[in-house]
Amino acid sequence: MSELTGQNPDAATRGQNRASRSELTGQNPDAATRGQNRASRSGSSRLAVRKTYKLFIGGAFPRSESGRTYVVNDNNVALASRKDLRDAVVAARKAFPGWSGATAYNRGQVVYRIAEMAEARRKEFKSLGVPSDEVDAAIDRLVWYAGWSDKIAQVLGGANPVAGPYLNISSPEPTGVVGVLAPADSALLGLVSVVAPAIVTGNTVVVLAAEAHPLVAVTFAEALATSDVPGGVVNLLTGRPAETAPWLASHADVNALDLAGAATDLARDLEIAAAGTLKRVLRPAPADWHADPGLTRLTAFLETKTVWHPKGV
Amino acid sequence: MAAFEYAPAPESRSVVEIKPSYGLFIDGDFTSPRDGGVIKTVNPATEEILSEVAEAGEADVDRAVAAARAAFANVWGPMPGAERAKYLFRIARLIQERARELAVLETLDNGKPIKESRDVDVPLVAAHFFYYAGWADKLGHAGFGPAPRALGVAAQVIPWNFPLLMLAWKIAPALAAGNTVVLKPAETTPLTALLFAEICRQAELPAGVVNIVTGAGATGRYLVSHPDVNKVAFTGSTGVGREIARAVAGTSKKLTLELGGKAANIVFDDAPISQAVEGIVNGIFFNQGHVCCAGSRLLVQEPIADELIDALKRRMSQLRVGDPLDKNTDVGAINSAAQLARITELSAAGAEEGAERWEPDCELPSQGYWFRPTLFTGVSQSHRIAQEEIFGPVLSVLTFRTPAEAIEKANNTPYGLSAGIWTEKGSRILAVADKLRAGVVWANTFNKFDPTSPFGGYKESGYGREGGRHGLEAYLDV
Repeated sequence: MSELTGQNPDAATRGQNRASRSELTGQNPDAATRGQNRASRSGSSRLAVRKTYKLFIGGAFPRSESGRTYVVNDNNVALASRKDLRDAVVAARKAFPGWSGATAYNRGQVVYRIAEMAEARRKEFKSLGVPSDEVDAAIDRLVWYAGWSDKIAQVLGGANPVAGPYLNISSPEPTGVVGVLAPADSALLGLVSVVAPAIVTGNTVVVLAAEAHPLVAVTFAEALATSDVPGGVVNLLTGRPAETAPWLASHADVNALDLAGAATDLARDLEIAAAGTLKRVLRPAPADWHADPGLTRLTAFLETKTVWHPKGV
Repeated sequence: MAAFEYAPAPESRSVVEIKPSYGLFIDGDFTSPRDGGVIKTVNPATEEILSEVAEAGEADVDRAVAAARAAFANVWGPMPGAERAKYLFRIARLIQERARELAVLETLDNGKPIKESRDVDVPLVAAHFFYYAGWADKLGHAGFGPAPRALGVAAQVIPWNFPLLMLAWKIAPALAAGNTVVLKPAETTPLTALLFAEICRQAELPAGVVNIVTGAGATGRYLVSHPDVNKVAFTGSTGVGREIARAVAGTSKKLTLELGGKAANIVFDDAPISQAVEGIVNGIFFNQGHVCCAGSRLLVQEPIADELIDALKRRMSQLRVGDPLDKNTDVGAINSAAQLARITELSAAGAEEGAERWEPDCELPSQGYWFRPTLFTGVSQSHRIAQEEIFGPVLSVLTFRTPAEAIEKANNTPYGLSAGIWTEKGSRILAVADKLRAGVVWANTFNKFDPTSPFGGYKESGYGREGGRHGLEAYLDV
């Protein structure tokens, strides 16, 4: 496929879903294989292969170790347990040295690759009920954040003119493992808007998908799994955040929390739990996910390291 | 031993006038506490009672916050940045003019050597105000949007190890950004903050912009949980930091914390030994080791361990411990009886757990709170003296073989405030600095500070930065 066509969302859709650019997803075989029960009954007599919606931990798609599921739109979705959460934190910690140590250029390309893979899944996202403009915005947001990987250090860091014969340089570094409660009010754009800024700077994340939107979240995880994102950089748990989030907030190997998807009372309780290990906490705030996100979510999970060295001959 | 004996060279304390008692500085005036008691402040070098200060109660904190709120709404908030800047420049100049007075008072109340308060603390205090003064009318260029807004009233609680310097780190950026403040100094070191209040009056700073409430833990707790403060800034122990983080949970208060540390000072086998020894001594014995970023864990590469430790012992034997007002003194008094007890307890634990204790044979004054510079060798990672912050002149020595092991050991702590690297190899400095999870890394130097240089920790050493452009963020609504 030509690189040029990739710049045009419509062209990309046409190019990657070679069969058709029809918006009538029910007539598209690709959509049928993506597991929608309704789709499988609307077309030919062939019985569709349904998708099993599982967790995404360490680059793999396991079921919940608890064996539990809950039903969303006729799909049995994995209901993550405390043990799944701990496994996800272990995977995120294990992935941190490699991902934070990768070059900014490399991380930028990987996040851009997520946008490419998301573009390829436009129809599936739409079939799951994500509005077309939200899919567009989510993909464009990935591209926007991809470009930040090798610029944020120049914007936030630099040399400091100390009053003495020293070289003194400040640079931003990723905070570590970030726990994320995905927003409940925006299934795809909200999710992308909290995951991309955390990982593009080198953090690894454990995301608790919004309880009502696991199908979109798992589908996004499938895009991640095919995007050269190293296993463990993004771990995504479906289920009930109110059940698992307290363990995430008190986990001693989690460095920060994005509470975007937490309701007021839960957010306060989680912030109290997070204080035990002095996690950085980004409190929930009303958000227009379509608006310019600014730097808030990038800077929330960055540390500043300042290095001194004497000058002398 | 010594070729020349030192003659005593005490700095005169006549430059300072200490009143028998002090009220609270609220809304531009010193006032009596409504419902609080008094706290005696002591010279830790002599146990002499220097003065009595008010202990602010809830009603006093309420008054101070109300004064700060009114000043924010009516005076300081609406004031053009250029005018705020001139007040801060004026304060910087007054600090320079009254530097000797501030240094002597700091040494009396804190116990730190006069050469440190005179040459480090007070010059840095003036520099901080001078630096942030210049930001007050340039906030739109600081990278936080075209017109970043102040938060409002800042509640600030500071420790006793650098009383005036921590005040400057808190107040200068807060005022530059357009906030008003209520600051609580530590209960053992309130006097320079009260002298600073007098400087605010001399600068004709509008009433209520800076309020100083003296008191202990209860005063601080009430201040940080006051519903009408918009910002909480704290420097102190990690334990209290956790308490404050819980107290502000669920509110819209912005919080920055600068907490404890257990810094690794890593010496590689190609390091210049004599420079490294000076850096190690400065790293742990500066300010009696009452430094959150102190290099309290020395990691030495095995081939040079014996040579380095011998050189370190020789150097430690030359340290002059005693009268903080004496200009020759290297190590002053421990700040309080409580802190001395903690250092004593942890050092005893070090010996009990099997580390080998060494201290130079130096005489200590009979009055006051003193602790000899102390070295522990044969320390392992699991020892309490390798894990817990001692906050005193006690150095734990561990060894390593490879750079990877040094990095592993350095990062094996819940803290992440600072670290040191000593090597002649530039590429090694950069590679190791990249891997250390610490907010400040000193390479071939240690314990250097500057108002333009962001300071603050990773992990459980807290969050937010003080100093530099970064330090403004803590006081802006961004």
